[in-house]
Amino acid sequence: MDGLIFLTCAFIAVACAINLVLQTHPISSAISLVGVMVSLAVLYLLLGGEFIGMAQLIVYAGAIMVLFVFVIMLLNAGAERKYKRSVWATVLGVPLLLGLLGLVSYFIHSRVPATDSVQFGAWTGGSARDVGRVLFSTYLLPFEVTSILILIAIVGAVVLAQKEFD
Amino acid sequence: MNFYLLTILKAIIIIFVLLTLCAYLVWIERKVLAHIQLRPGPYRVGPHGLLQPLSDLVKLITKEGIMPASANKVFYVLGPFLAVATALMSISVIPFGPEVEIFGVKTYMGLADLNASVLLILAIGSLGVYGIAIGGWASNSKYALLGGLRSSAQMISYELPMALAIVAPLLIVNTLSFREMVTAQSGYWLGFIPKWNVFAGPFPQIFSFLFFLTAAFAETNRVPFDLPEAENELVAGFHTEYSSVNFAAFFTAEYSNIVTVCCVATLLFLGGWTPLWPAAYGSDFVPSLVFLAAAAMLLYHATQPLRFWDKYSYPVFGVIALVLAGAFQIPLLKPILIPLFWFAAKVLFLIFIFIWIRGTLPRFRYDQLMKFAWTFLFPVALVNLLITGLLVAIT
Repeated sequence: MDGLIFLTCAFIAVACAINLVLQTHPISSAISLVGVMVSLAVLYLLLGGEFIGMAQLIVYAGAIMVLFVFVIMLLNAGAERKYKRSVWATVLGVPLLLGLLGLVSYFIHSRVPATDSVQFGAWTGGSARDVGRVLFSTYLLPFEVTSILILIAIVGAVVLAQKEFD
Repeated sequence: MNFYLLTILKAIIIIFVLLTLCAYLVWIERKVLAHIQLRPGPYRVGPHGLLQPLSDLVKLITKEGIMPASANKVFYVLGPFLAVATALMSISVIPFGPEVEIFGVKTYMGLADLNASVLLILAIGSLGVYGIAIGGWASNSKYALLGGLRSSAQMISYELPMALAIVAPLLIVNTLSFREMVTAQSGYWLGFIPKWNVFAGPFPQIFSFLFFLTAAFAETNRVPFDLPEAENELVAGFHTEYSSVNFAAFFTAEYSNIVTVCCVATLLFLGGWTPLWPAAYGSDFVPSLVFLAAAAMLLYHATQPLRFWDKYSYPVFGVIALVLAGAFQIPLLKPILIPLFWFAAKVLFLIFIFIWIRGTLPRFRYDQLMKFAWTFLFPVALVNLLITGLLVAIT
C-alpha cells in the first residue's frame, strides 16, 4: 500500500515538473508547481515527516504559490512568446541535460549504499514536538540567524516600496 | 480488510451527512434570514419549504452548463473541482465523538486521527484559495477576475490572524491532535464550569475564539467580509460565469467550509463533544428533553391544523421527535448519541451565529477589510498569543 502511494505521488510529482517546463502559459506552470509541492508533501508524510509535510503544504503550496498565482493574475501575464534560439542550444541542449542527470544519479548511487531500501513508517521523529525540540536546542543558532535574515528581507522590501510612493 | 471496509463505510456516512447538511444549510439560512427580516421564507415546496433543497438540486443539475466562449477550458472546469475537493477533504480529520463500540467493533467517530490534524486543516484551507482564484481567472471576465483576486488577497491576509488565534489554545492543550485536545478540555472547574479553552486557565481563550471566528468569516467569504461576491460591484464575483453543476460545486464548497470551520472552532475552543455541565447534574437528559418539547409542540399544533396538510405532517414529525427522544435513553445507543448531540448542538449554534451576522451586519469596504486585518486583528492576536505564552510558561 505504501509503495503504491509512493509510486503514484512520485509519478505525479515528475509529471507535474515536466509539465511545468513544457507549458507556455505562466498560470499553467504555476499550477503544475503546486502539483509538485502537494505530491512532495505526501512523500514527506510517507517518510514519517508529518510536520515537514504539513509545513510544505502551508508555506509552499498555500502561501508562496498563492502569491505567485496572485501576481500572475494581477499582471495579466500572457503566454510565453518563442524567440529564435541559437543553433548550439537546440543541438546540445538535450544531450548536455542527459549528461548532467547521469552524473547526478551516478554520484547519488555511489555515495548511498543500495543495499538497504527505505522503510516506510520506520522513522518516527517527525512530529511537531520533535522538530520543535531539535530546532530550539541543536539548531538554535541557524534558526535564529534565518529568522533575522527573513526580517532583513522584510525591512528591505518595505524600504524599497516606500521609495516608490514618495 | 476489516479496517478498509470500516473506513469506507464511515466515509460514506460522513459524506452523506455532510452533503445533506450543506443542502439544508441553504434552507436554514434562508429561513433564519427570512425570520430576521419578518418574512416567512421558503414555504411552497413541501411543509415549511422543507423539500426546497431537493428542488434546488434538481434545478441546478438540469440547467444547461454554459462554457464562456473565451474561457480557458481546462482551468474553467478545474476551478470548481479544486474548490469542492479541498472543502470536502478537510472534514476527514474532524472527530465527531469519542471511541465507541458498535456490535463489538471498537472504532473512533471520525475518519482519520492524525497527530497533526490542526496543521492539515490549515494546509487544506490554504489550498482552497486555488479553486476560487483559478475559477475567477479562467472565466475571462473582469468581474470574475476581480472577485478571484479579492478572494486570494483576503484569504492570505486573514490566514495569519487565524493561525495566531489557533496557536494560543494549542499552547494550553499542548497537542496538535483534535482527539487529545478534547480529552484535555474534559473535566470541570469547581465541579460545574467546563474546562473548555474559552474558560480555561491560566488565560481564558475567549479573545482567541473571537479572533478565530472573525478570521473564519473572511476565510469562508461570508458577510461582513464577502467582498469576493459583492453583488453591487462585481455582479456575483468569482462565480459570475458559472452555471449548472459547476456553480453548485462552488456553492457546496462554501457551505462545507462553513461546517468545517465551525467544527474546528468547537473542537479548539468549546470542548468538542463534552457536555455543558456534568452528567452527574443530569446533562444526559437534555437531548431527550429538547426532543420531548419539540414533540409536545408538534402534537399540540396537530390538534388544531391551520392548513390541509397540517393534520398529517405535524403528527408524523411529532412521533419522529418522540422516537428520537426515547433513542437518547437506550443504553446501547446512549454513548454514541449523547456526545454526538453536544457536538452537533455546538456546531449548529456557531452556524446560527454565522447566519445571524449575515442578517445583521452590512458589508465592509475593501480597504477597511485589509486595514482591519493588518492593523487591528493581527497585532491584537499577537499580543493575545504573547500573554497566553507567558502565562503558560509561568504556570
